[in-house]
Amino acid sequence: MSETVISPDSREEALHTGHHPDLQHHFDDMEQQKEASSLGMWVFLGQEIMFFGGLFLLYLIYRMNYYPIFSMASSSINVKWGAINTVVLIGSSLTMAMAVHSAQLGHRKLLTFFLIGTIVLGAVFLGIKTKEYHDKYVEHHIPGTDSFHFVPEPGLNGVTEEQSEMLSHNPAFQRSAQIFFSLYFVMTGTHALHMIVGIGILIPMVILAWKGRYDSSYYTPVENFGLYWHFVDIIWIFLFPLIYLINRTPHIG
Amino acid sequence: MPESHYINEDYGIRSWLLTKDHKRIAVLYLISITFFFAVGGLMATMIRIHLLTPTGNLVSHDNYNKLFTLHGIMMVFFFLVPSIPATLGNFLMPLMVGAKDLAFPKINLASWYIYIIGGTIAMYALIAGGVDTGWTFYTPFSTVYSNTHVVTAIVGIFFAGFSSILTGLNFIVTVHRMRAPGLTWFRLPLFVWSMYATSIIMILGTPVIAITLSLVALERVFHLGIFNPALGGDPVLFQHMFWFYSHPAVYIMILPGMGVISELVSTFSRKPVFGYKFVAFSSLAIAVFGFLVWGHHLFTAGMSIYAALLFSLISFLVAIPSAIKTFAWTATMYKGSISYKTPMLYVFGFLGLFCIGGLTGLFLAAVGLDIHMQDTYFVVAHFHYIMVGGMVMAYLGGLHYWWPKMTGRMYPEAWAKLSALIVFVGFNLTFFPQFILGYMGMPRRYATYPPEFQVLHVLSTAGASILALGYLLPMVYFVWSLRYGQVAGPNPWGATGLEWKTTSPPHKHNFDETPVVTEDPYHYTPELEREARFV
Repeated sequence: MSETVISPDSREEALHTGHHPDLQHHFDDMEQQKEASSLGMWVFLGQEIMFFGGLFLLYLIYRMNYYPIFSMASSSINVKWGAINTVVLIGSSLTMAMAVHSAQLGHRKLLTFFLIGTIVLGAVFLGIKTKEYHDKYVEHHIPGTDSFHFVPEPGLNGVTEEQSEMLSHNPAFQRSAQIFFSLYFVMTGTHALHMIVGIGILIPMVILAWKGRYDSSYYTPVENFGLYWHFVDIIWIFLFPLIYLINRTPHIG
Repeated sequence: MPESHYINEDYGIRSWLLTKDHKRIAVLYLISITFFFAVGGLMATMIRIHLLTPTGNLVSHDNYNKLFTLHGIMMVFFFLVPSIPATLGNFLMPLMVGAKDLAFPKINLASWYIYIIGGTIAMYALIAGGVDTGWTFYTPFSTVYSNTHVVTAIVGIFFAGFSSILTGLNFIVTVHRMRAPGLTWFRLPLFVWSMYATSIIMILGTPVIAITLSLVALERVFHLGIFNPALGGDPVLFQHMFWFYSHPAVYIMILPGMGVISELVSTFSRKPVFGYKFVAFSSLAIAVFGFLVWGHHLFTAGMSIYAALLFSLISFLVAIPSAIKTFAWTATMYKGSISYKTPMLYVFGFLGLFCIGGLTGLFLAAVGLDIHMQDTYFVVAHFHYIMVGGMVMAYLGGLHYWWPKMTGRMYPEAWAKLSALIVFVGFNLTFFPQFILGYMGMPRRYATYPPEFQVLHVLSTAGASILALGYLLPMVYFVWSLRYGQVAGPNPWGATGLEWKTTSPPHKHNFDETPVVTEDPYHYTPELEREARFV
């Protein structure tokens, strides 16, 4: 039908001289479109906060219930790799911020470069995470499996040799340790899944950026993706101390 | 009828399945949720037939468990939650704010596909053998002991939840960023306010059930112990997290209905809604307070007495905004020029049934009484008075009211009035005996019962068959009206609101030119009275 009847474009033309090719038909102008997209992303992130919030709630409650065990189990996770990953991830947030900045200035090559940099750093993070998961597998720290066996390291968290030996054969202790490792895998796994989705979005974005799809008048997707990426980064900023660093207070109840 | 409109602007299945037009997506949703309503209704019918006799002779006890579980899953997640938002909301929100479409048309279409994927998975769970955990998925039964398709059903619900998050996101952004010039917040129709409040709950509540049910699925598949007491987990924690969404979800289901009632009561009383700002803010108050009352589902599950008293108190408080609305609607009718058209009959039905449902909710919010009533038919009757007596009544009323806008044709008034009456009678006959059953101690979810309860159960089953007829009639005459209904014209009710200022059905881009709003909502003028051919 119907373009003849309605002439949807006449109004934009009337309101705005020059019709931006990226302006969708149902918006009045680019500013309205950008504001809508940006608000949409913030609302989506609000939803994400509640999603992760459920996990953080569980973690905090079980950490209270089983504090000494959580503390011992946390000591078995490699702080060195966690710290390196934190730096890598903050680095990727920096490259992402630089990418948005380059898009605003309309620097096509710089934008592509920084987006690729973000992908590389994200991939490094996931690689290190895989290595950590593999370590847990080798150490029989996979919850829900028959071979699960957690021996608290003597000398850490005030655990003596005898206590360690005793706890490693205590079923209640082993069950509670499994809850820690369940939450460890679910929380870091959900976070990693968000990173994988992010990289999945970044790859076509790099191609589009290289082809010159974004310029200083239209870069909303880059900016919104930046919000998402920083959000995933912030989740890690909470995960790292909660999971890796809680044994830094060496007292045991 | 206008020469070109959203239905005839393009033909063929592709033009519907790949549409980004909010009005066509609303129609897609309307057809799909009607399907799931029919599936859920079929389960309900079988439950009621089974309960005709004290020994329960229709299905085995295992299958009975699956029937009420699937009835709950289908009705809650695939009918009630999307019902008004995804159909009437999708159709009307852009029209009411004077926009050409929702803020994100592609996301809107995606939400329908995600809903269909979720629905397909849930249907697969049903056909493959069903689920028997109850729609509440309480652990550790759902994670350890049940031998049914729990994970499949959860995946289906996960998709449905994601779809409703996207709908809510679209509405929030549309209300904030797409309003026509001059359409300030306090000029918005109250339907928009209530959809906005609903969207907030969808955004903040749904992700919590998503992660909670995901954990149940992970726990089942990988034998984790997060909610399993035998493995050091806490099953009551599951209940807290489940109801943190599922109680606010009750308001996802009823708030849109309240929005519809506000529109209807004004149009058919020819008066502005009494206390507009109070009605608008009471929607937001319900959204906020609704997040603070989940604990009243756990009074008997092991809860500190102080927490129980606090949850009880807040549950009483959440009745206040609902009461404000009910009084405002009643006051709107006072000295109004009331016309008894079908949508208005549904308003009357809603008001009475919602009052009964709401006031019996206060019985259950009282800690002491709840210990007695917990898990009895009293609870079942209470929430069906809200969900069916409230929400489905409002949904049907809204569907009749906006049907001429959606299709350009009127439904047959006499048949519609008859079916509204049948629904009202059938509903009360089905569920009022259940209050008495529950008070006498009949527990919910039981496949058999003592013989002295039989009379009330037979009454309930008889009511259900009347109710079924009341639901089948509209399906028939709505389809009939598509071809034979009277042509409605742009504003058959002489109603206010931007959706009535365009053609019926509206064309693809809703308005010829962006409307400019200069007056308060529900501003009835003599011109409108002349337009109102069908009032």
